[in-house]
Parts: sequence; structure tokens; C-alpha cells
Amino acid sequence: MKKGILYLNQFFGQIGGEDKADYEPSIRDGQVGAGLLLSNLLEDAEITHTVICGDNFMGSNEKETVDTILGFLEGKEFDIFFAGPAFQAGRYGNACGVICKAVKEKFGVPVVTSMHQENPGVDMFKKDVYILRGGPSAANMKKDMSKMAEFGNKLLKGEKIKGAEVEGYYPRGIRLEIFLEDETPACERAISMLLKKINNEPFVSELPIPELETVPIAPAIKLAHAKIALITSGGIVPVDNPDKIQSASATRWGRYSIAGMKRLGNEADSAFKTIHAGYDPSAANADPNICLPLDALRVYEEEGKIGSIHDYYYATVGTGTAEGEAARMALEIIEYLKADGVDAVILTST
Amino acid sequence: MVKEIEKAGITVVQMANLIPIAKTVGSNRMVPTISIPYPLGDPKTSKEEQWKLRYHRVGVALDALATDIEEQTVFAV
Repeated sequence: MKKGILYLNQFFGQIGGEDKADYEPSIRDGQVGAGLLLSNLLEDAEITHTVICGDNFMGSNEKETVDTILGFLEGKEFDIFFAGPAFQAGRYGNACGVICKAVKEKFGVPVVTSMHQENPGVDMFKKDVYILRGGPSAANMKKDMSKMAEFGNKLLKGEKIKGAEVEGYYPRGIRLEIFLEDETPACERAISMLLKKINNEPFVSELPIPELETVPIAPAIKLAHAKIALITSGGIVPVDNPDKIQSASATRWGRYSIAGMKRLGNEADSAFKTIHAGYDPSAANADPNICLPLDALRVYEEEGKIGSIHDYYYATVGTGTAEGEAARMALEIIEYLKADGVDAVILTST
Repeated sequence: MVKEIEKAGITVVQMANLIPIAKTVGSNRMVPTISIPYPLGDPKTSKEEQWKLRYHRVGVALDALATDIEEQTVFAV
């Protein structure tokens, strides 16, 4: 019988909730919690050990945690490693990705985890490890764990993996070469696709290009009386970063007063700076107006080209930031824009 | 972000260096900036030149907000 090891966080490892998120990694024999379900669903394998670690502990001591856990696994016999499912829990998703990637690199065994598409861990690790498409919350435990077991069974049996769409994992950005069962060569498939296209018949491309989702174009505004707001994804914040916006993969944003300010003061003035980790901050720290052009907009206000400037600007960091997170943050910002009757927005990106 | 703002019916212009990305993401009104780390003012040039560039491009962005468009549009600077 083959052997698997499962990684769980403090909550699903039955240590405790948020107050135990600093729990140091431990390993125990056998199955804990939903690990029993996973073990039962594996066909010719069982979960022999469970690794448990607090999400915050992993988040703040990543290298130490990974080293400790790899140490636990050293000398243990196992054929596959599972983590999660992490649902939409961002820190848990990060932990599952980190440990799966490390285990795969060190021991060369297949690794499997599961996350909801909005989990930032998906974009961080989908290129490195198999992440199965999972539900948003623990209500999906049974379903997501069953999918992990089913996919694990295939990997353990050495079955051919048929690509992201068929198997239900997030595309890894790898073109998987497959041989069609009927062995129709590419030239014939291309001609038959072309004929279908000419005859207006439906056909399916073998190289789909992600579709662009467009939004209806908002109407032009009359500038003379308009209230304009400034937003940036360039990470411009007050120097103490009061909202603790992350330097990458941001999930937080800030709203900062610019009422009466002619321009943004710089880092040397203890006013504003950038916390964006994706570009050299020296120019923006020396003059934040090059990223959030308050000075120019203020002059247009004085000259009467626009009605007024909204009293606050909004900022987050746009690097590694999941589209879903960006959309959620925008919806939260829009409430403030609407409440103050903002007519239009200038959004600067870096 | 731009898409959600526009969906909410608020007219928005994106000032970005990576116009192809802005297009792919679905921005409708775009104005190019000059770089990623210093979108609106090259620190190697004089303060006056930086100001001229910034004043000009913000002006283009404002005019973009006041322009009716039929499709995704990159406004010339």
C-alpha cells in the first residue's frame, strides 16, 4: 500500500482558531479531521502522517517553517503529498503553495492542493504545483477533498494526466503535448476547422486565447463642473503606511486626505512615499507627484478646467494582485466615490 | 479596478506605461505614461521639464474624460 502525507493549518488540524494561528509546525501519526476522509478515498494508499502548522507562523517565518517541516519528512516513506483544501483562505492558500512547492523540489513526489479561484495562492503557485479548483468555504470540504483524492489516485497509479481543463486544476501555463486517440494529424484538423469556419459551423480552437471581458464605455463628462478623484495602483501612501498595505499581492487599500494640498510632499518631508515592491521606488519617494499627479490636477482646478478635486485619494499596490481582489477593492472604493458625488477618475498604474 | 469603476457608471481614464496590459485588462480610455517607476516625470530631466510633461499628460487625461468614444482608445500625447 502506498503512503501519503497531508498538511493542514491550525484550524483544520483541530488545534484552534485565529488565536492559534501562531502554532509552530508539528507532525503526528495517522489522520486528523478531514484527513480521514482523504485516506478513505485513496484507493491503494493511506495517509500515514499529518503535518499541522499555524497560518501566521508560516506567513511570518516561512524559511524556518519550511526547513522544520522538510526535516519532519526526512526519512519518512511517502509517495504523494497533499495540502488543504484551502478554499478562499489567503494565508492558508499561501502556506499550502509554499509547502507543496518545497516538498516537490526536495523529495520529487507529486504534490496536490486545492483552492478557490479567488485565493491569491492560486496565482502565486499554479505554475509550480497542481492546484485543483475548489469551493470558497469549508462547506465544500467533502467535495474538494474528494477531488484531491481522485486526482491523487490518478497520480499514484501513473495514469496519463489529460491537461488542466479535463483534470480540474488551474492551468500551469504549460502547453501539454497529447496524442489524440484517433491520431488525426494537425494539417487535417486545421483544414477541417477552416471548412467549418467557412461554412459557419461551430468549431473549437486547440489554442484558446483568454477572452477579453469588456465593460460598456462610460459617457464623456463636462469638465468645468466635474469633481475628479485620483486613484493609483502605484503604492503611494503616507510614510508610515497606516493601513499596512502589502508591497505585493495586495488585499488592502487606503484613503488619504489631500484636501487643501497643492502637491504631495515626499518621503524626506515625512509626507508620502511608495511601498510598491515591483519597481524602483527612488523617483516616487523623491517626488510622489510623478505617480499621483496632484500638483498638475490642482493647477487645472485653479485654472477652472475642472470643477474640483475629491478630497481624498485612494491607493493600493498593483503587483501580483489577483484580479478578483482588485475588483473587490474597487467596489469598496466606489462607495466612497459615489457618496461624495465624484464624476470621474484618473487612475495611474505603474 | 478600472473596469469596476466604469461598470459603476463613473467615467475613468487609466494613465499607464504598459498600454497593452491596460488594453488586455479592458480599460476603455488610456493615456500613456513614460515609464513604470516614474510615470509622469523623468528624474534625469529638470524639474521644469518634469512639470511640463506631467501637466501636459494630465491635461490629455482630462480631455479623454470629456471625449465620447466608440471603442477602447489610446489618447495621443
